[in-house]
Order: sequence, then C-alpha cells, then structure tokens
Amino acid sequence: MIIAERKPLEEIAAMAAPYKKICVLGCNTCVGVCMAGGDKEAQETAALLRIHRKKENVEGEVETFSIERQCEFEFIDEVLERLKGYDLIVSLACGVGVQTMVEHVQSLRVVPGLNTTSMGYPTEQGVWSERCLGCGDCVLHLTMGICPITRCAKCLLNGPCGGSAEGKCEISEDVDCAWQLIYDRLSSFERLGDLAEIQPPKDWSTSHHGGPRTSVREDVRIDRGE
Amino acid sequence: MGMKFKQILDSGKFVVTAEIAPPKGTDLEQMYHHIELLKDKVDALNVTDHQSSVMRFPSLGGCLAIKERGGEPILQMTCRDRNQIALQSDLLLAYSRGIENVLCLTGDAMTVGDHKQARGIFELDSVQLLRAIDRLEESKDLGGNDLGGAVTYCKGAIVTPEADPWEPQYIKFEKKVDAGAEFFQTQAIYDLDNFARFMDYARQFPVKILAGIVLLTSARMARYMTENVPGIFVPGDLIDELGSAPKGRALQTGIEIAGRMIETLKKEAVCDGVHIMAINREEVVPDILAAAGF
Repeated sequence: MIIAERKPLEEIAAMAAPYKKICVLGCNTCVGVCMAGGDKEAQETAALLRIHRKKENVEGEVETFSIERQCEFEFIDEVLERLKGYDLIVSLACGVGVQTMVEHVQSLRVVPGLNTTSMGYPTEQGVWSERCLGCGDCVLHLTMGICPITRCAKCLLNGPCGGSAEGKCEISEDVDCAWQLIYDRLSSFERLGDLAEIQPPKDWSTSHHGGPRTSVREDVRIDRGE
Repeated sequence: MGMKFKQILDSGKFVVTAEIAPPKGTDLEQMYHHIELLKDKVDALNVTDHQSSVMRFPSLGGCLAIKERGGEPILQMTCRDRNQIALQSDLLLAYSRGIENVLCLTGDAMTVGDHKQARGIFELDSVQLLRAIDRLEESKDLGGNDLGGAVTYCKGAIVTPEADPWEPQYIKFEKKVDAGAEFFQTQAIYDLDNFARFMDYARQFPVKILAGIVLLTSARMARYMTENVPGIFVPGDLIDELGSAPKGRALQTGIEIAGRMIETLKKEAVCDGVHIMAINREEVVPDILAAAGF
C-alpha cells in the first residue's frame, strides 16, 4: 500500500490561512489503512485546524468528510458538487490523490495534508516499512523476494557493503542489512551459489530517471473516438 | 620514485601505501605539505574521496597535486556522488593526466556525513565500477559506445577481514576479484592471528593484499573504534597498552603499535604490503615507518 504521514499542523494551518471555507477531505483506502488520512484522521485534523484557527483569530469554517479513493475519477464525481462549494480542499490523500483531483476538476484548489513517504506494509501495529521503490524492473527473483533496491541504503546489487555489521545497516542499528537478509534466505534454501554471478548495473531508464512513466494496456482501453 | 605502482606490486617487494585527505576548502597548503612529506617514503599515496560522506576538495584534485610533485597517486573513487557518466568522465580525465591507479569503493551512506540532505547516487557498486573500468580499458563506455582512446588502470578495491559475519563479505570479495581487482587495501586490522586466517583464505586468489593500518592515538579512540566502527576489532591488550601509556605518550605508543604490526607483517611475509591510514596525523607516517624498521 501507499504509506503517508500527516504534515505538521502548523504547515497545514499556514496553507489554509488565506481561505474561509475549507474542507479536510479524507481518503479511505491506502492512507486510511496506514492511519494517516482516513475518515478518523480527517475528522481529527479538521478539529485541530479549527482550534488552531480560533486561537490565531482566523475566520471561516472547516468541514470534513471522506471518500473511498481520491485517485479515481468515479469516486471524486460522486461528491463533485459538494467539493465545489469550498475555497480550499486539504486533501488527506497521497500525492496521487491530490493530483487526480486537480487534474479532474481544474477549478478546485487542493493542497496536500500528508507527506507521501513510500510503498510498503505494516510490519507491526503502528509501524509501516518501505518495501518497493517502483523502479520498473523488478529484481526480487534474484534476491529471494527481498528488495535490495529499496531496503539497501545504497541500492547494491552485488552483496553487502563494508558497513554491514551483525546484520544491521551502517545508517542505523534499527535498519536490517538487506544483503544479510538475502544471504540468510539464500543460505536456508542452499542457493548461495546464486550470489556468485556479478549483476550488471541496473537499468534506471524504467525508473523515474527515464521521465514520468505511463503504463498502457491497449487490450483494455476504451475507444473514445466512437 | 619513478616506478609505477603496478610495477612495484608485481615486483614482489613489500609494498607500502599511505593516504592523505583533501581539506574542506581551497587552502591546500597542509595537503601539499603532506604530499611532500610522504611521496618519497611510500610506494603510492591514496587520496580519499569525500570520506565519511563529508564534502571536501576532490580526490582527483589531490591526485593531480601528487602527480605534479612527482609522486604516485591512487585515486579513490566512490559511487556515492556520481552517476555512471560522471564516474567514467572522471576516469578519462584522471588517466589523461597520468593517474593510473584507482581504488574502487561503494562509498559511505549519505546519512553519516555532513550533507544529510544530499541525494546518494549509488548507481554502480564497487564491483560494477571495477567492471566499468574494464570496459573503458576495452575502449567502450557503459553505453556501449566506442571511445577514441582507452584507459589503463591498476585497479584496487577494499575488503574487511574482520567483518561480522564474514560469509556475505567473502562473496563480495570474490566478486571484486572476478571483476578485475588487482590489489586490495583492507579495513583496519589489529588482530594478527585473525588477519593471518584471512590471508590463508585470500592467498588462493591472484591479488595483492595490503593490510590496513589505522594509527591508534589513544585508548579511547581504540575502544570507540572496536565498539562502533563496523568491521574493526581492536584486541583488549592493545587498548590496555595504550591506556597504560604515560600521560601525553599515547600517540607515541600508537606509533609503536603500528610500527610493530608492520614489521611483523613484513618479516613473516603475512601479506603483500600495508596501507597506512594515519587519519588527521599524516605527519607521523614517517615515524610509523621508522618504528617498523624502514
């Protein structure tokens, strides 16, 4: 899922300060599940924003509601008229949701209430860890299902660096060395020989370095020309 | 001087290298001083490449200064700050200016340095950089294009004999050998028995191994290194020896320890040479060599 964190309230309040009629719009899918931008967080953020604005003597009203996904036109369309009634939408969606709304409804003024951090999953209650960088050229088959592009601080493809110690990464004792994990898993499957092959430099043209990416599936496209 | 590093490596002589660190800024006097002091006392001088991810005057600039002064430089090159275009072009420039030795490193993580806000590149790793130089030597770049004029480098890499656990590291070491590394400068070693065991393993490969000697300047530093730096183990007796040095004599004791280790490594032909890292104390390298009996 896409993982995000709420921006500091001060930052949201500063973005909202010039506006009178504000909607804090929650998004109930990914960011709802990671407890950053779902309905509960939207209500909480709206309440905090109201208190903040009252304290700062900023006039206007802050309302809130949520939709299922801000990244699909169908869900936005269901509440379109309601959205048009606001001076500002503080979107608690990921960066994709904010942009989907702006592109779909040019007249809306939308600002982000979250910082989108990564793609990952909850490794334990209250902890979400990054697992995919979306590089466009998956190597998980080479590394026993553990991504060195995402989980190694240096995106290494040929084994650990000298900063790996006792299974931890040099950047922090709280971060596992991805290559130690890969090594251990290969070892348990008696596949350590796989590591001997030198992996060539990664082709980054499939990543963002090749420019913004668009996936096209001709077989499911609808011919809008008719 | 006069002999190229590659010839010295091949000569079978016990090789001694040291390293200098460029300054932060353009006041190069101290770096020039270190070059003058060391260039005729060692077989080659490494110049560090923004070590510990701290922005400084470039390694290439330091290597050019060594070259201009008649020394033999080893260009340290990390993959942290440059993409493959920049790495290749720096290698072309260095070679065109007579720099013929390169030490290929991945580089420290950006977060350990003084530009935590910067983006780490790491487009190649140390193994891939070694391979990339092979390509340049074959007159091809990484894009598959022909070069008008190739390079020839004596290629080195690093290894951490005390890595814990060691097993994942040895796979990396062997990849570096496969990728064309001709010499290795090791991470600091202090336990000569452990190092001898590493050498028993490493001897099977056709590469030269220079033991990393990092000068210990106090018991506190030794304790810090053994507790905090990945892949460094300082035995307790060395820490005690530094700790029991009379006040103001710890540095001298560190010099004696380093000299003693070098002397033993040479006398017992444990490895092919040493690489002395007297971090921030470059001026005492001649004293270390004297203590080693050079």
